[in-house]
Amino acid sequence: MAVLHAAPLRLGALSWLVPLRAALVSLAGLGLLFLLVAVDLSVGDFPIPVSDVVSTLLGGGDEGQRFIVMELRLPQTVVAVAVGAALGLAGALTQTLARNPLASPDILGVTDGAAFGAVAVIVLSGASGYGGGLVTGRLQELGLPLAAFSGAMLTALLLYLLSWRRGLDMQRLVLVGIGLGAALTAGTSYLLVNSRIQDAASAQVWLSGSLNGRGWEHGRPVLLTLAVLLPLSLLLVRSLNAMLLGDDAARGLGVRLQLAQLGVLVAAVGLTSVSVAAVGPLEFVAFVVPQVALRLTGGSRPPVLASMVAGGVLVVGADLLTRAVLPFPLPAGIVTAAIGAPYLIWLLVRANRRRTA
Amino acid sequence: MTSSIAAEPAAPASPGVRRGSARVLGLLVLALVAAALLSLALGSRALPIGTVIDVLFHDDGSEAATIVHALRIPRTVLAIAVGIALGVAGALMQGHTRNPLADPGLLGVEAGASCAVVIAIYSLGIHDLAGYAWFAMAGAGVAAVAVFAIGSTRAGPDPVSLVLAGAAVSALLLAITQAIVVRDSETLDAYRFWVVGSASGRSLSVFWQVLPFLLVGLLFAAMSTPGLNLLQLGDDVAASLGLTPWRQKALGIAAVMLLAGAATAACGPVGFVGLVVPHLARRLGGVDYRWLVPYAGLLGGLLVVATDIVGRLVVRPAELQVGIVMALVGGPAFVLLVRRTRMLKL
Repeated sequence: MAVLHAAPLRLGALSWLVPLRAALVSLAGLGLLFLLVAVDLSVGDFPIPVSDVVSTLLGGGDEGQRFIVMELRLPQTVVAVAVGAALGLAGALTQTLARNPLASPDILGVTDGAAFGAVAVIVLSGASGYGGGLVTGRLQELGLPLAAFSGAMLTALLLYLLSWRRGLDMQRLVLVGIGLGAALTAGTSYLLVNSRIQDAASAQVWLSGSLNGRGWEHGRPVLLTLAVLLPLSLLLVRSLNAMLLGDDAARGLGVRLQLAQLGVLVAAVGLTSVSVAAVGPLEFVAFVVPQVALRLTGGSRPPVLASMVAGGVLVVGADLLTRAVLPFPLPAGIVTAAIGAPYLIWLLVRANRRRTA
Repeated sequence: MTSSIAAEPAAPASPGVRRGSARVLGLLVLALVAAALLSLALGSRALPIGTVIDVLFHDDGSEAATIVHALRIPRTVLAIAVGIALGVAGALMQGHTRNPLADPGLLGVEAGASCAVVIAIYSLGIHDLAGYAWFAMAGAGVAAVAVFAIGSTRAGPDPVSLVLAGAAVSALLLAITQAIVVRDSETLDAYRFWVVGSASGRSLSVFWQVLPFLLVGLLFAAMSTPGLNLLQLGDDVAASLGLTPWRQKALGIAAVMLLAGAATAACGPVGFVGLVVPHLARRLGGVDYRWLVPYAGLLGGLLVVATDIVGRLVVRPAELQVGIVMALVGGPAFVLLVRRTRMLKL
């Protein structure tokens, strides 16, 4: 490609490299994201024209429209955008850190820990009725996100402790994560096989990841976490770039390796856990989004900001599809995979054809 | 003499690196035979080893003979076959993708098989294991061919795009599977028992059904293994040393497809074996693929048989499915292994 990937920007004594193509892709993605959000807010049982949605968001609109848009539809859309952005960011961080496109937070076992926690609550509480479960009442309502979050956090802690051995070796970390994840998945399967079919069915719905009926109480933790961890991630981008060259080279360039690795992991794990707690495991997003963003922007590692935007686009798009287009309800996790996977496949096919031509 | 003295100081510098030997290979075969005998003897009704060997070769119609022949021989044979297939497939997969995280499931084999089985249950009402096996095999084949086509350039399969294509196709198929399963709980009820992976309840006919695929897969594996060492140096170097990279890779990936597809068809998706066993084999026999692949096969067989035995014993008289035990025990064991040793880089 003859297009410049980056241009230097000079301001007096300061100068930094602006990745032009990544910036353009991110801007285009942001435009698409706003369009999707507006359409997502406009469709439903009571359709509102997109122009009215925009004016309502800016403070206009009549009372009914404001109620529908701001109270009923906005929370779910915001959750979709926030979760998509969080997962895209988390995936970009871990894939860069481990220098392996497969190293999404899902593979590190964090998602599996969350799934185990949540499925345990569903199965033990007997959410489908009959009482008799160990976990009942108030605890059960509050329990699902909480169990998922604590499952993810405990897994991450275990992961860190188990892979720490005179420093943190990324390959060991990933392999330990796979081991933990496999054991936790087996635990989940065990619960599913030995539960009543009603519980297994409701666990299955949660396991596919669903945006349905998500409100501010689900969105607020994700937004707060993003607000804290996004600046941290941006601070770490410099170190990440150096770490791409290998651990020794990064140390040589003055990166405090252990600290940077810990920071990246904390950011990735935090973002993944709150997302999973909010909507269930949208397994595919954290893996596919950074790879798609990388192929759109070019460059040597998944771009951080473009991944966030792409994540938002994917999840809001999935929400829109489930609510407006599909004739029957499907969990959003299924739809994100059904859109994201073919798109990645198409990008791969195109790249391969170009290479051979 | 001088060469052995010269070689001496090099050994402690890389303590994890071992080289393969025929002796260890022989020991592994012996261990596998012993595990097979144990697998015939142990279960909810334990039999003395002497009795097992007695009735093994002449079926005298006694209760012990019936147990051994009708129940335990099929599952033992299947466990060994599946373990060998997955072990070899795992070693080939990690070698050809040059990715230590790659497992045979990444070719879309397991997701394809699961999807086909769910469609068979949901729309065709098929509910027997032999029927599942045909559909699983077909689904695994279609998925793997798709992954192979997407992940290849004209110069042959490209490691990174192969892995990404596999993950993408798997996710797509998994989405279809889940879409059916969340909408129909009867299908979920049948599917949830198939998907954990189990060697029990199968008759020998399932084994005969998948055997041709396994044999062809092993043949392809044997043909592609010698070139794997050179391929680790990169395609260009391998080509300059007289190898035809795309042919080697096509053979190797075809072997993985056949082996993993047949294994999944026989016992359902038994995860983790193909991923872990090559790491164990590398620790035991070094990084030379000519040793690594047979080591991985035997270790895989051993691991699956052992897991199957454990699953029978822990919750007697019920049993745990081999896939669940594999990951429940294997996961933490793998973590310990990773912690204790310096992992060998590919």
